[in-house]
Amino acid sequence: MALIDLANPTRFLALAARVLPWLAAATALAFAAGLYLVWFTTPDDYQQGATVKIMFIHVPNAWLAMGVWTVMSIASIGTLVWRHPLADVAAKSAAPLGAAFTFLALVTGSLWGRPMWGTYWVWDARLTSVLVLLLMYLGVIALWRTVDDPSRAGRAAAILTLVGAVNLPVIKFSVDWWNTLHQPASVLRAGGPAIHPAILTPLLVMAIAFVLLFVTLHLAAMRNEILRRRVRSMWLMQAHAAQGA
Amino acid sequence: MALVGPNGSGKSSLLRLIAGLLRPSAGWIELQGGDAERSVPEQAHYLGHLDALKPSLTVAENLRFWTRYLGEQTAALDEPLAATGLGGLADLPAAYLSAGQRRRLSLARLIAVPRPIWLLDEPTSALDAGGQGRLADLMREHLATGGMLIAATHGPLGIDAGELRLGGAA
Amino acid sequence: MTALSALLLRDMRLAVRVGGGALMGVLFFLIVVTLVPFAVGPDLAQLRRIGPAILWLGALLASLLTLDRLLAADHEDGSLDLILMGGTPLELAVLAKAVAHWVASCLPLVVATPLLGLFLNLEPLAIGAVALTLLAGTPALTCIGLIGAALSVALRRGGLLLPVLVLPLTVPVLIFGVAASNAAVAGPMSFGAPFLILCALSLGSLVLGPFAAAAALRHGLE
Repeated sequence: MALIDLANPTRFLALAARVLPWLAAATALAFAAGLYLVWFTTPDDYQQGATVKIMFIHVPNAWLAMGVWTVMSIASIGTLVWRHPLADVAAKSAAPLGAAFTFLALVTGSLWGRPMWGTYWVWDARLTSVLVLLLMYLGVIALWRTVDDPSRAGRAAAILTLVGAVNLPVIKFSVDWWNTLHQPASVLRAGGPAIHPAILTPLLVMAIAFVLLFVTLHLAAMRNEILRRRVRSMWLMQAHAAQGA
Repeated sequence: MALVGPNGSGKSSLLRLIAGLLRPSAGWIELQGGDAERSVPEQAHYLGHLDALKPSLTVAENLRFWTRYLGEQTAALDEPLAATGLGGLADLPAAYLSAGQRRRLSLARLIAVPRPIWLLDEPTSALDAGGQGRLADLMREHLATGGMLIAATHGPLGIDAGELRLGGAA
Repeated sequence: MTALSALLLRDMRLAVRVGGGALMGVLFFLIVVTLVPFAVGPDLAQLRRIGPAILWLGALLASLLTLDRLLAADHEDGSLDLILMGGTPLELAVLAKAVAHWVASCLPLVVATPLLGLFLNLEPLAIGAVALTLLAGTPALTCIGLIGAALSVALRRGGLLLPVLVLPLTVPVLIFGVAASNAAVAGPMSFGAPFLILCALSLGSLVLGPFAAAAALRHGLE
């Protein structure tokens, strides 16, 4: 199915209605499998004990935190370049989801770090970059909330999203530089020991489950956004019709 | 009473003076036969160029706020909305209204809270023919119930009124 | 009373609708607090020491953020004219607006303080002290800001005039707010004395603010 076929919101709604139950079922299955693997097959870490299992929630969320911004950037190009009518719907409904995944990555990260660092938060380079990412998500959401007219807000948010996409590597680099400047030995080493397959498989299953969760929620949110815009244009028509009376 | 005169002759300023929004540099404003307990502005409605509406509130919320603020606890909103042709739009955010509809919503305030003096600044602006007819009806009704009305205007008001000409050669 | 509660409800409703600033302040607060470690470094011991000061500065700036729209928005759409004409004393009307602003913009800052305290590695006791002093001190910030908002409407100058007018006046609140928070954690002073002075500042500006703001608005008419 080509993207252009989805340009018609009615066709998109029909597709969403058909696909959503299957996606929801697949998400539930993937989570069931992933959680089973995590709880019953992965060993506890000899140092961290059971807390290491937070990783299976934390890492997929952190991946999605960045992945959703990529989705929003592609949608923003769609808004600005191809003027695809669903692109800004996609960008708008992805923003709160991205913010939620980023927030979960931060919360699980700080819960995971608590026994290791003795405190809920350290200004570690990775955590700090993710925090800045969360702030940028919240900025985009605030922009959407400030302007009532979706098409105007859409273009402004698309520009902001793309500027953010260009800036994210720069932010990441400067935060790394800032952090090493102050703290030569970071608490969380990037390299670490090679990941054992017994851990890698459940991690990948959990990652797939979270991606499916995102796709399901995103489709549902896009459907809601399309319906919300229809309500809005019905209001406008109602005001217009009353004008003639 | 219709206030007429060229631009800048002081029609709006006179209305704002009566409404207590400008302070007279000399002299005073007195109302004969009004409620002695209340000041002139408290007995007057002022309808200026601005609509005093919040775009993110609905039509009904805007009107309910002003009726409650201006002292009418439990005014029915349906009647003034219907009288100004806004019935059925009560739950619409005011942002979706056209300029004429916003004007009518400000007029609904005048009907919802009864006050003896109406101070209207260009009341017919932005109103279509139907709206102007409705406005004339409302003004006639207001005068018939013993109300007083001072309107600054360039065009005809649609009612019989005395004229006060300000400034100019006329 | 109906008039005042109507005004209060309307302003709180506006703050949470499209274009309202209720959560903007919290977001700004979060960003300010995040920026400080980039400037002073990620050393947790140092951040813990200056944490109460960072939180107070952030909250002070965030509480001023939406203040310039407090009266200017009503002035621009003509609502202020009608508020002036209504039978309600102007002092009480602006007080109602200030209360609505505090509930919609400052209370969320107080609620967000514990979370931001975690970022700065504050002890639970210090977090409690900062949140309590903010709860007691932000009414003073709002009421002092109210005067600035009224002056900038009366002078028909928006934007940067407000913080320039208001920030110097908030110095005592900042001093006693931070002093009380620090006293709760480190001593050597007792928590009570600066905290009570902070409360006194809030109560005093609660009276002074509406009167000064109403006077400024009335003079702006001429």
